[in-house]
Amino acid sequence: MLSNGLVSAAYIAASVLFILSLGGLSNQESAKRAIWYGIVGMAIAILATVLSPGIQNLALIVVAVVAGAFAGQHVAARVKMTEMPQLVAALHSFVGLAAVFIGLNADIMLNAVTEMREAGMALEEAGLTAFGEKLWKKDATEIAILKVEVFLGIVIGAITFTGSVVAFGKLAGKVSGKPKKLMLPSEKMPLPVISGHWLNAIAAVVCLVLGYLYLDGAGIWTMVVVSLVAGFIGWHLIMGIGGADMPVVVSMLNSYSGWAAAAIGFTLGNDLLIVTGALVGSSGAILSYIMCRAMNRHFVSVILGGFGGDGGPAAEIAGEQVAIDADGVATALSEAESIIIVPGYGMAVAQAQASVSELTRKLRAQGKDVRFAIHPVAGRLPGHMNVLLAEAKVPYDIVLEMDEINEDFPDTDVAIVIGSNDIVNPAAQDDPNSPIAGMPVLEVWKSKQVFVSKRGQGTGYAGIENPLFYKENTRMFYGDAKDSVNSLLPKIE
Amino acid sequence: MKVGVPKEVASGEARVAMTPASARDLQKLGYACLVQEGAGAAAGFSDAEYADAGVKVVTGDAVWGDADVVAKVLPPTDAEAAALSRGQTLISFVYPAANEELLEIARSNGANVIAMDMVPRISRAQKVDALSSMANIAGYRAVIEAGNNFGRFFTGQITAAGKVPPAKVLVVGAGVAGLAAIGTATSLGAITYAFDVRPEVAEQIESMGAEFVALEFEDRQQDGAATGGYAAPSSPEFREKQLEKFRELAPEMDIVITTALIPNRDAPVLWTRDMVEAMKRGSVIVDLAAERGGNCELTERDEKIVTDNGVTIVGYTDFPSRMAAQSSLLYATNVRHMVADLTPERDGEVVHDMEDDVIRGATVAFGGEITYPPPPPKVQAIAAQPAKTSPRALTPEERRAGELAAFKEATRRQVALLVVGGILMLLVGSYAPASFMQHFIVFALAVFVGFQVIWNVQHALHTPLMSVTNAISGIIIVGALLQIGAVHWIVVLLSFISVLIASINVVGGFLVTRRMLAMFQKS
Repeated sequence: MLSNGLVSAAYIAASVLFILSLGGLSNQESAKRAIWYGIVGMAIAILATVLSPGIQNLALIVVAVVAGAFAGQHVAARVKMTEMPQLVAALHSFVGLAAVFIGLNADIMLNAVTEMREAGMALEEAGLTAFGEKLWKKDATEIAILKVEVFLGIVIGAITFTGSVVAFGKLAGKVSGKPKKLMLPSEKMPLPVISGHWLNAIAAVVCLVLGYLYLDGAGIWTMVVVSLVAGFIGWHLIMGIGGADMPVVVSMLNSYSGWAAAAIGFTLGNDLLIVTGALVGSSGAILSYIMCRAMNRHFVSVILGGFGGDGGPAAEIAGEQVAIDADGVATALSEAESIIIVPGYGMAVAQAQASVSELTRKLRAQGKDVRFAIHPVAGRLPGHMNVLLAEAKVPYDIVLEMDEINEDFPDTDVAIVIGSNDIVNPAAQDDPNSPIAGMPVLEVWKSKQVFVSKRGQGTGYAGIENPLFYKENTRMFYGDAKDSVNSLLPKIE
Repeated sequence: MKVGVPKEVASGEARVAMTPASARDLQKLGYACLVQEGAGAAAGFSDAEYADAGVKVVTGDAVWGDADVVAKVLPPTDAEAAALSRGQTLISFVYPAANEELLEIARSNGANVIAMDMVPRISRAQKVDALSSMANIAGYRAVIEAGNNFGRFFTGQITAAGKVPPAKVLVVGAGVAGLAAIGTATSLGAITYAFDVRPEVAEQIESMGAEFVALEFEDRQQDGAATGGYAAPSSPEFREKQLEKFRELAPEMDIVITTALIPNRDAPVLWTRDMVEAMKRGSVIVDLAAERGGNCELTERDEKIVTDNGVTIVGYTDFPSRMAAQSSLLYATNVRHMVADLTPERDGEVVHDMEDDVIRGATVAFGGEITYPPPPPKVQAIAAQPAKTSPRALTPEERRAGELAAFKEATRRQVALLVVGGILMLLVGSYAPASFMQHFIVFALAVFVGFQVIWNVQHALHTPLMSVTNAISGIIIVGALLQIGAVHWIVVLLSFISVLIASINVVGGFLVTRRMLAMFQKS
């Protein structure tokens, strides 16, 4: 058994290690060390907690931890890198669910402890856990605050849980990626229809009312209902957001899971939970902010869904899409000296990263300057493309961010766009009426020649035409990205 | 009608104005061809080859007497000019500005004289632009001549017998000859630098593989388009800058090829005595402007000299003639194109159309009148360069003022945030109990640290960041551990599930992050 002082010391050590772990992610080399800080920090935190005074049911804990660790290890070892977004979303849902459970537990324990205390039982006889003892000592104000914390923890936790489940479904392709809003009573009925944001607003009001009742002493049923209603909000909110906004959604849920942990930390009076929750929460918030800025959209408008605004008709596009075959692309590549590849979600869908890597290796072996340009919102997760390319053994020092490489396009012989669309759409700069006007884009059209590998003539996520495909220096290389790139490989020698 | 070509009379001139190949083409235009015996011998074309091509090999007098069109290379001597008769057409280099006597003779005997060196520089006339084709050869030959006098390789090599640095070549003046020299020097493997007073040729220089030696000079040089694509004289200040730059480059350069000429003027002196003295022993200067006095102060016309410090200066003026076979082929083709322009019906009859820009421009004497100088061509030859508008660099004062304003703005925003945050804290503090505030301090500091740390995370590592924060958010397991007690079976159950799923989070998150990070490799 450790003393309370030792436990606190262990918590400080764990907090510091977590901060170092996040800070170490500033570059690839230090990141490999940083991950160990995180693992050691977590081990210290769990061990210290288990060994702290007032922990009961040790056998159950061991069973749960071992089973959980086994499952986690199994998933981590088997997940494909293209499936990272759904894995991350699924893991978020666990944190949310745990937060809801812990919140409910806190209330149950509060009631039980209060009953015992009022029955005149002495603290020593009650046989409480450490948390129970803390509850025992709380005065009326502290209990009120505790209830607010429980309420917040449950609301955030429930939204995180259902939101993450929906995000997981969408990312895994089990739920349609299209934005969808619920209509009540039904779209076909002649009654006044309550839809979209109104439904969310009503649900939020219901939560607040229930929360007020709870503070007033209405009992645990209010919290159970709150968790259901908040769960509905999370489900409905994320259902209304489309596939390309997923980077924002996932990082937002990441942030929420952190805030939920922090709220639980307040409930339990545990500083380690507060610190760690706050770290995770701010990390997710910053990522969401970066993603939104990369799309030139407001966080609120992304979360409330829909590509908004009617700004007049989009500019007409003149010209036609000119197709090219593998031989043409191969010839242009063998003549080119500098090449920039712009990967997008399509590359991940087609699992083409290994072929792209092989192409890169061959071109580099011929002394060509091959680089990758990554738009911040390419893919379905922040940094998704970087991970895929790393998996395919593309060296990370030739994979550059938009800001680093955008100026180099005019000096580039060939730009290859693989499975991306909106992030290379010149309309964002040229056409003020375009739905994506003002979004920073990769200026591929400034290079001498552009090849676009694309499945068909469809539009991108935003459903808007891409004038890039009609430019004079653009050639369309139709077909599945993986097959297309593979057909190039034997021709480049 | 007949086209005749006499043998060049100037000593050392090896070129000839007609080759067997061009003769065949001329015959297709309906002309009969005459050539003086031995005219092509120096350029490697025997009389027999001409005869095979259907050319009548005759004596010199016969050419001047019989041919309706006489084509040659160098300007005619007075005796030759005097042999022309009314209606006869002479095609050759004339240099009318320097050869007024010749024009007088042509006027008096009524011959039509077409000067190949007066062809206007417009796209349509490129096929008759003999100056360009000769300059091209001169540029090539200049590099070859330099190589002949330069004791080292052009290209850098690392051999078993030691390391050879690549030669450094500076080409001054990027006209046709300059560009040809750049191309030749580059393809031989030298590191080539080039200078020209016309900033718009920088792109051409770079396209040939040389580095443009840029001057930092405020006043833009006059656009080449205004002067028919030729350089204009430069201001004394500009010249000073230019010489300063050359002085800086001189010690480094192994080979200097100067080709700077301004139409109808003496060549500007750009490579002064002190620059020559600053050069390394064994360096070579080839002065393609030697005919007009030379760009190099020490150049001696038609001579090759070696200075006291061992720098070879080549001042030959007959580079094209030194490659007579090649230059005859090109010149003869230019002449043939000129004759074709004069024969619009392809019937072997000369129609001297003075309305045609190219023919009018090149004709210096016609029907007993001197028609030099010609009026400006009707078609503007070269599109004017669009004025380059580069964003004006901010002065240091403006930049400082901008930075100061940005700093003030940032300060104001930060102070405002701090004040608002402080008031909020005070509000919370005045209502919440002390135990809450203790935790709140920790929370606020942790958020702050989080914001500071996360901004430094690289974009490429955002996915690992998400999965690691995911693992860390599994810290919620601590909360469940604290609750897993015997108060109520529901509490135990819920805590048990929470511990279970939080463990999945912790282990899964960390392991997958480690897997990802291990994949990042440097090239």
